[in-house]
Amino acid sequence: MPEIRVTPLGAGQDVGRSCILVSIGGKNVMLDCGMHMGFSDDRRFPDFSYITRNGRLTDFLDCVIISHFHLDHCGALPYFSEMVGYDGPIYMTQPTQAICPILLEDYRKIAVDKKGEANFFTSQMIKDCMKKVVAVHLHQTVQVDDELEIKAYYAGHVLGAAMFQIKVGSESVVYTGDYNMTPDRHLGAAWIDKCRPNLLITESTYATTIRDSKRCRERDFLKKVHETVERGGKVLIPVFALGRAQELCILLETFWERMDLKAPIYFSTGLTEKANHYYKLFIPWTNQKIRKTFVQRNMFEFKHIKAFDRAFADSPGPMVVFATPGMLHAGQSLQIFRKWAGSERNMVIMPGYCVQGTVGHKILSGQRKLEMEGRQVLEVKMQVEYMSFSAHADAKGIMQLVGQAEPENVLLVHGEAKKMEFLKQKIEQEFRVSCYMPANGETVTLSTSPSIPVGISLGLLKREMAQGLLPDAKKPRLLHGTLIMKDSNFRLVSSEQALKELGLAEHQLRFTCRVHLHDTRKEQETALRVYSHLKSVLKDHCVQHLPDGSVTVESILIQAAAHSEDPSTKVLLVSWTYQDEELGSYLTSLLKKGLPQAS
Amino acid sequence: MAAHLKKRVYEEFTKVVQQQQEEIATKKLRLTKPSKSAALHIDLCKATSPADALQYLLQFARKPVEAESVEGVVRILLEHYYKENDPSVRLKIASLLGLLSKTAGFSPDCIMDDAINILQNEKSHQVLAQLLDTLLAIGTKLPENQAIQMRLVDVACKHLTDTSHGVRNKCLQLLGNLGSLEKSAAKDTEGLAVRDVQKIIGDYFSDQDPRVRTAAIKAMLQLHERGLKLHQTIYNQACKLLSDDYEQVRSAAVQLIWVVSQLYPESIVPIPSSNEEIRLVDDAFGKICHMVSDGSWVVRVQAAKLLGSMEQVSSHFLEQTLDKKLMSDLRRKRTAHERAKELYSSGEFSSGRKWGDDAPKEEIDTGAVNLIESGACGAFVHGLEDEMYEVRIAAVEALCMLAQSSPSFAEKCLDFLVDMFNDEIEEVRLQSIHTMRKISNNITLREDQLDTVLAVLEDSSRDIREALHELLCCTNVSTKEGIHLALVELLKNLTKYPTDRDSIWKCLKFLGSRHPTLVLPLVPELLSTHPFFDTAEPDMDDPAYIAVLVLIFNAAKTCPTMPALFSDHTFRHYAYLRDSLSHLVPALRLPGRKLVSSAVSPNITPQEDPSHQFLQQSLERVYSLQHLDPQGTQELLEFTIRDLQRLGELQCELAGVADFSATYLRCQLLLIKALQEKLWNVAAPLYLKQSDLALAAAKQIMEETYKMEFMYSGVENKQVVIIHHMRLQAKALQLIVTARTTRGVDPLFGMCEKFLQEVDFFQRCFIADLPHLQDSFVDKLLDLMPRLMTAKPAEVVKILQTMLRQSTFLHLPLPEQIHKASATIIEPAGESDNPLRFTSGLVVALDVDATLEHVQDPQNIVKVQVLYPDGQAQMIHPKPADFRNPGPGRHRLITQVYLSHTAWTEPCQVEVRLLLAYNSSSRIPKSLWIEGGEMAPQVETSIEGTIPLSKSVKVYIMPKPARR
Repeated sequence: MPEIRVTPLGAGQDVGRSCILVSIGGKNVMLDCGMHMGFSDDRRFPDFSYITRNGRLTDFLDCVIISHFHLDHCGALPYFSEMVGYDGPIYMTQPTQAICPILLEDYRKIAVDKKGEANFFTSQMIKDCMKKVVAVHLHQTVQVDDELEIKAYYAGHVLGAAMFQIKVGSESVVYTGDYNMTPDRHLGAAWIDKCRPNLLITESTYATTIRDSKRCRERDFLKKVHETVERGGKVLIPVFALGRAQELCILLETFWERMDLKAPIYFSTGLTEKANHYYKLFIPWTNQKIRKTFVQRNMFEFKHIKAFDRAFADSPGPMVVFATPGMLHAGQSLQIFRKWAGSERNMVIMPGYCVQGTVGHKILSGQRKLEMEGRQVLEVKMQVEYMSFSAHADAKGIMQLVGQAEPENVLLVHGEAKKMEFLKQKIEQEFRVSCYMPANGETVTLSTSPSIPVGISLGLLKREMAQGLLPDAKKPRLLHGTLIMKDSNFRLVSSEQALKELGLAEHQLRFTCRVHLHDTRKEQETALRVYSHLKSVLKDHCVQHLPDGSVTVESILIQAAAHSEDPSTKVLLVSWTYQDEELGSYLTSLLKKGLPQAS
Repeated sequence: MAAHLKKRVYEEFTKVVQQQQEEIATKKLRLTKPSKSAALHIDLCKATSPADALQYLLQFARKPVEAESVEGVVRILLEHYYKENDPSVRLKIASLLGLLSKTAGFSPDCIMDDAINILQNEKSHQVLAQLLDTLLAIGTKLPENQAIQMRLVDVACKHLTDTSHGVRNKCLQLLGNLGSLEKSAAKDTEGLAVRDVQKIIGDYFSDQDPRVRTAAIKAMLQLHERGLKLHQTIYNQACKLLSDDYEQVRSAAVQLIWVVSQLYPESIVPIPSSNEEIRLVDDAFGKICHMVSDGSWVVRVQAAKLLGSMEQVSSHFLEQTLDKKLMSDLRRKRTAHERAKELYSSGEFSSGRKWGDDAPKEEIDTGAVNLIESGACGAFVHGLEDEMYEVRIAAVEALCMLAQSSPSFAEKCLDFLVDMFNDEIEEVRLQSIHTMRKISNNITLREDQLDTVLAVLEDSSRDIREALHELLCCTNVSTKEGIHLALVELLKNLTKYPTDRDSIWKCLKFLGSRHPTLVLPLVPELLSTHPFFDTAEPDMDDPAYIAVLVLIFNAAKTCPTMPALFSDHTFRHYAYLRDSLSHLVPALRLPGRKLVSSAVSPNITPQEDPSHQFLQQSLERVYSLQHLDPQGTQELLEFTIRDLQRLGELQCELAGVADFSATYLRCQLLLIKALQEKLWNVAAPLYLKQSDLALAAAKQIMEETYKMEFMYSGVENKQVVIIHHMRLQAKALQLIVTARTTRGVDPLFGMCEKFLQEVDFFQRCFIADLPHLQDSFVDKLLDLMPRLMTAKPAEVVKILQTMLRQSTFLHLPLPEQIHKASATIIEPAGESDNPLRFTSGLVVALDVDATLEHVQDPQNIVKVQVLYPDGQAQMIHPKPADFRNPGPGRHRLITQVYLSHTAWTEPCQVEVRLLLAYNSSSRIPKSLWIEGGEMAPQVETSIEGTIPLSKSVKVYIMPKPARR
């Protein structure tokens, strides 16, 4: 029985370090290669030694697929390919390919330059690693080798995020990566066709949440910003450089445009500028509105949003500033925060989750006096707001995607075990498919019953079809032909053609059967009686009496002869070919019952 | 065209004669069609290769064929069909057969046998499909003939088992269009088995080809459209198709489910996997709601649209669509809407939300949460935040329709609609504002909602702001703070966009008159009066101050205590505004002043309006007095016209009718006057001068008739007949006068011929109405038609003259609703002294803003005319997108007109005005034959004449010579 085996090396009942091994149809594929935010020791990268203890990864893995550019999905890639050693193809979409190295470089800088780690991958390694990348387009079927093919679907989430279908023969697995089922201001919603995979591997970050409509959140956000700016206050929005930042920029930009506002909006950090450049280039990956209007104006060419300069923070008047990092723990956003915190006219909006211990977390939990380094106490008078803009599918969205793809099995990754439990139960209950949630290192084995395609010759098909096609085409039909198996491909052809192809002569298989009849008359007369009997019984068959005294029914021959020992018994010799087996056996049984008494 | 018509006229007559002579049918065919079919025959015989033949056929298809020669052409085509080996040529012939059988005036039953015959021997699937299409055309042409329909259905059933999807498609289409409606009728035609068409079509719901499945559903829908009651069993079949792999199947299935749900709303269906039962319409509603989150946006649009028309659905199902049952970490969470409502009702408006304010409350039982099969749950929430704006618009529209029928739902959906005001696509925002306006009778805005609504007033798009003003006109506000807020925001809007002045004033007018009691406590503050001190008198020309006054005066109309709060200057300002802006400021019963206007008191509105009665009576008087002496008739007509015109000015609701009738009477008067002229009694050479008058009268009648036909909305066919009749009389008059004034017979030939064509045309167009025109000019004319046809021009003129004099005055039945189209150009105002300067040879864009009232289909007929001082006139066709439709019967044209000219020495004025372009042949149904041909677009755009629609506005411009 063929099997599909799945082993998460990361992201099994956990968020972060996504890395899933899939063996399907004899092919081994690695899905994502991420790092873990929570660790800074060896645990931050997946344990690649699980794949092969000794020997090269390249020999073992057929390909690596990266779903999107977030570091928890691609952070370990240079380590994996350059330090552990992998030379096979790495597949990702073009936006991911473009943005991924920027983030990796940033990550490397923080790790090496700031924290001073040794034995970390170098810039050159990132470059070398990116050389192994093969870009794929949406809905493009890429042949990795003769049997393995992959196909990308749109996933929302971030620019260039994709879901991947991995297919070997008739077996397939879909890996969603991270996805979002509700569109936002710059990206569309994830979409997949009814591909009916054997297995769907889906993320489950929000397995137990059903979210409110995003419109309320947007409206709230805009109203708060607008009010603050109108009364001359300054708004600080700490963000991560990529993803949400762009969504909020678009949101504010369009609002400014609509309302004809004049207050300046600034965006800090050089990293974002580079990323914005890529957003401009990858318009086909954005949502309907941006795609439709970019001919007139590219939405990412912001009119109102300008680059931030350190000096602007002190200038008077209202302004809105996006600054990194998002949790207010260091860098520019913290600097600006310290400058502005004193005035109650100002406002800080936290658009995302903050880790415990950061300034962001403290102010969100209501702390008004913060201790800064150097025993300074900072009093926070500015308004603090929290707005959640998240780009993961909620429970309803996950169910919707499962409904769209109609998989045979579902496997949950990228989520907390407790929450997965709930979703697993729901999926099993509502779709009646089995659902798995392996922990890291645990292997799930699914046996599949792949359908084997058999080619049929058109002539044969037409001949069989001609025997009457019923509208109910789903009903099974009986078909006569010869199955030829030749170098792992199957063909169904008519028997004549099969003989011809194989160079075999046709053998005739004839069945003969003797039936003893008690009849005192002569052979000819017996034959005549048999003839008239059969003629009356088999009305829709062609029954003939030949001049040599034998009787034929279609191609079945019946001859009567006298018994050598007992003259009162006649022996009927019935002979038929293999093809007429049905009629032949029916005839013998008919004759065995004897002839009706002559009247 | 004229040449073609001419030929047609003669051809008909020659044919009549020949048919009488010829006895043998077969020969008749060849002889009657010397041109068309013979030429085709020769062409086809000449053709050496299939490609050649195809070329000839394509060429042939470009020209129309008269009804009489169709049969001959068909015979020729069939003959070639039998000989032809190439399937593509056979395909073309088959398609031509279908096209030919659609020709008006041709009965295709004679070619049906042949078509069925060739169908039986055909091998190519494509040709088969095309032949079935032809049969469909034949079948639809003969809807009365039961036997033929039965036969065609039989043929279709036979070919249903074909292997090609195209053939099966066509068969199903045929069944859908022709399948018998009543079984009893089918039984009469013995020999043919009674077929249950629904059953047969239903079998193909599970065909292997998605295209065939779609066709089967479409055929079923077609049956429904033709009035056949679908069985309820189809519902279950259709439900299965909702999970089909192909979007077109799902899309059609959604429609089918909707149809069935409308047919059997009350029947009970079981819920699978439980023993509960619900109403079918509720079940269907749930299923269609589910499709709002389908994978294909086409299906989503379809589903969202259909939801709007399911009004019988139970209210709790309906309200589910707005409820998504939020949860977070398995705990129930309130929506932001609920929170906002709570905040509001607790008296605290904005608290500045804390993190975790939306923290989830109670635990949810994990078993009870149902993530998918919640049916209608949250369908609109999903639809409104869909990725494709098409879906969002459809959802908003559906929301609107459902809210109109259910006040409680309207209340609930308000929050969602308000949210849509922030959509990223302007069209969606606009649509949701319009929707809100439509349901505003059912709702009262909460203050926080009003706040969000008013925030949109700052939008930079003019359409959005004006739509919002319209919305505010009919909104109910609950508190005085709300009114104050609205006023403040509107004034802010006014300072930001001064061009919105008129719209804002109008909005405040309604706001004031709707909420007098809420405005009352605000008056001192708004007028900034002080109990002890006199305050400075505000500037009378300040638009913001006028806006405030408009609000207050309109509120004061129904609130008699309010004027007591006014200060002296307010009364003075009132008097001024009442005069200068009388449409915005109502008449007030002010102390110490007598009521200005008492003409129309709204509380006395008897059923039979006296003015309407007056109108009726004066018209009846005219129509009854037909045989008065000419002098008396003329006078009566003159008086009646005068009365009607005055009536139209006084009573604006009767203006349309009065104007319309007056115009008709004026035509009649002109005609009578023209016939009274002395010229008829004078010898030919002497009346050259007087004839000018008669000619001018004829010309004016023509113009007036065009106005009557095209400038009024709500004109029905019976009026059109009378109008055309009047025009015909004018044309006759023209002919007679010309005949008397011109010498020589030659030009007369042409004119007579043309006139007779017009008569023929009239007869063909209004054949159904002819019985109503007894004793009229045309009635008599048609009696004498054969004689006229053969008569010499002089004789024709003579006959016409006597008939015109004898003809009676036709009664013009008044239509129910009639409005005269009118237009006013708001911008350019034509007051500016500063010329618009631009370099000669280049263009300058002039913004034109106009309102149109009662113009039907303005996109096609309203044009802008620019008249330069040198007499050069330009006609500009505004883009269809330049027209907005703010309300029923009203349109707004906001466009740019490009002006250009060579250099002038000094600034001069150009005239800009709106025109109504008409094309009298547009009323006549075009022949089917021309469909897709090259002629069609020309017919569409051709303009026969224009009627000025608005007053012209002068614009001062100055093209400067280009600097070198």
